[in-house]
Amino acid sequence: MPSEPSTEPAKKVRPAHSQRAEIIFRSLATAAGATIVAAIALIALFLLIRAWPSVMANEANFFASTEFVTNNADHLRFGIRDLLMVTVLSSMLALVIAVPVGVGIALFLTHYSPKTMARPFAMLVDLLAAVPSIVFGLWGVLVLAPQLEPVETFLNRNLGWLFLFSDGNVTISGGGTIFTAGVVLAVMILPIITSVSREVFNLTPAAHIEAAHALGATKWEMVRMTVLPYGRSGVIAGSMLGLGRALGETIAVLLVLRTSAQAGHWSLFDGGFTFASKIASAASEFSSPLPTGAYIAAGFVLFALTFVVNALARLVAGGRVNG
Amino acid sequence: MTTTTLDKPVKAPTFRHVSASRRIRNNLATGVVWACFAIALVPLVWVLLMVVTKGFEAITSLSWWEKSQKGVLPDQFAGGVYHAIYGTIVQTAVAAVIAVPLGIMAAVYLVEYGRGWLAKTTTFMVDILAGVPSIVAALFIFALWIATFGFPQSAFAVSLALVLLMLPVVVRSTEEMLKLVPDELREASYALGIPKWKTILRIVVPTALPGMLSGILLALARVMGETAPVLVLVGYSKSINTDLFDGNMASLPLLIYQELSNPEPAGRLRVWGAALTLILIIALLYVAAAVVNKLLTRNR
Repeated sequence: MPSEPSTEPAKKVRPAHSQRAEIIFRSLATAAGATIVAAIALIALFLLIRAWPSVMANEANFFASTEFVTNNADHLRFGIRDLLMVTVLSSMLALVIAVPVGVGIALFLTHYSPKTMARPFAMLVDLLAAVPSIVFGLWGVLVLAPQLEPVETFLNRNLGWLFLFSDGNVTISGGGTIFTAGVVLAVMILPIITSVSREVFNLTPAAHIEAAHALGATKWEMVRMTVLPYGRSGVIAGSMLGLGRALGETIAVLLVLRTSAQAGHWSLFDGGFTFASKIASAASEFSSPLPTGAYIAAGFVLFALTFVVNALARLVAGGRVNG
Repeated sequence: MTTTTLDKPVKAPTFRHVSASRRIRNNLATGVVWACFAIALVPLVWVLLMVVTKGFEAITSLSWWEKSQKGVLPDQFAGGVYHAIYGTIVQTAVAAVIAVPLGIMAAVYLVEYGRGWLAKTTTFMVDILAGVPSIVAALFIFALWIATFGFPQSAFAVSLALVLLMLPVVVRSTEEMLKLVPDELREASYALGIPKWKTILRIVVPTALPGMLSGILLALARVMGETAPVLVLVGYSKSINTDLFDGNMASLPLLIYQELSNPEPAGRLRVWGAALTLILIIALLYVAAAVVNKLLTRNR
């Protein structure tokens, strides 16, 4: 650490005004740090304060209801079942696609790509993170969705017996399903999974790698025996961070996902809303406090969800993650 | 970089023979790993190509850069996005004015002063803040600034939400840079009798400045395309609004969202044009970050 006690300047010879400046500066820095802690506490507090009256006035079951009717302030009926379902389904699909690919890219960048090209290649993948999410949404709804239609039809026709691929509450033609949203989300969380995995794969002890080679392992056997086991916690942490991003992604999902009046039933070919896209879709009508509170309640659940996921990611990584 | 110290064995391996199944498996794995990288490039190239080809027509007209959409009908392709560029830059700049000093001071606290529970909690909360979805940040500002304090929807509210999204990025990049400053510099300064706060301000921060600056530029680029806050906290305006604290104000993401519900061909042109404009501005910030880093590091 830079500030070992031994490197502290001697305090005795200092004139009084300089010591005062030191105290002021130190308190300013501490206050800035405390502000960040306070910010998180305030987020939780204010969301709760604003959501509480609406949750109390809610006439439906908050956790089990599929309704979200807020246009009559005297008879609020809202529940998060469908929001949770769509959020979880789309994020999980994104993870299922992005984790293997992300790990593959991280392996490529650390152990397979030509050494001089590793950095430029890594920057290329990081560029994905620089593209704003609204552009991904635009691409998802106008360009990708029509292209994915045949894939979805194929899955629906051949694997329709499985609930994930059964007929959804929107038609596949035209795109706009949870499947499309999941693919777009997968692209968006790829860079974070890749960068965290890459960091830990780079840390694999050279001795382990050399030992594997000395035993006559092929490159793949070396990777499987040393790099992958060593990097497991990092991959899990990176995936958690990616999951956090996918859960909270707003505009791309709002643009891609088609709305549906019917309740969802755990099919990838459903439409609907995630927590984030539901809130954003109603944002222009935030006028009277009670209906708005319903959306803030949904926002609080999303906040709690991402808090837990991100805290777990940190826990798994043991403080090594920098996403 | 790999961690191997030797690229080639000193002596040719005694046992060359690798059974067919192991060789096949090895080659297969190599193929899959290369394919993964290729898969990642497909969406990147695809998205950029789409935005450039479809947005090119819009941004080549001069009025795109110097006119607003004031008085332009939905089916007319006229005017430009000057008002949205103005809004995007102003909202991000105001956010930076608040987030940069706060973030740098928090990083100074973590690196130079922080010990004990508060430092640990702060590091943890910076990570949590980095994971807070932008819609939640926007909702929080709505609950605090608009619903509780009673201020109107405004560009400033958007800036406040962007502060929350910028802060963790600024803190982290500054922290990394401050940690890279060698302890010898601090010790030399202390040995001359210079107090700690002056050492930090005059020696540590200037040494870390190039990295910090480029980190800040990247943070700006990161929040510039955020759409959730503008959806919740401000309305769209077709003309320029210079009042930060009241009234609607356009920004590039908001204009894209707005024009997406316009079915006319002119609307589509504006959508892709604004997307390309946004990407160009972000690219400019990335280039600036790289240049700042290189220039200031070389002068040292």
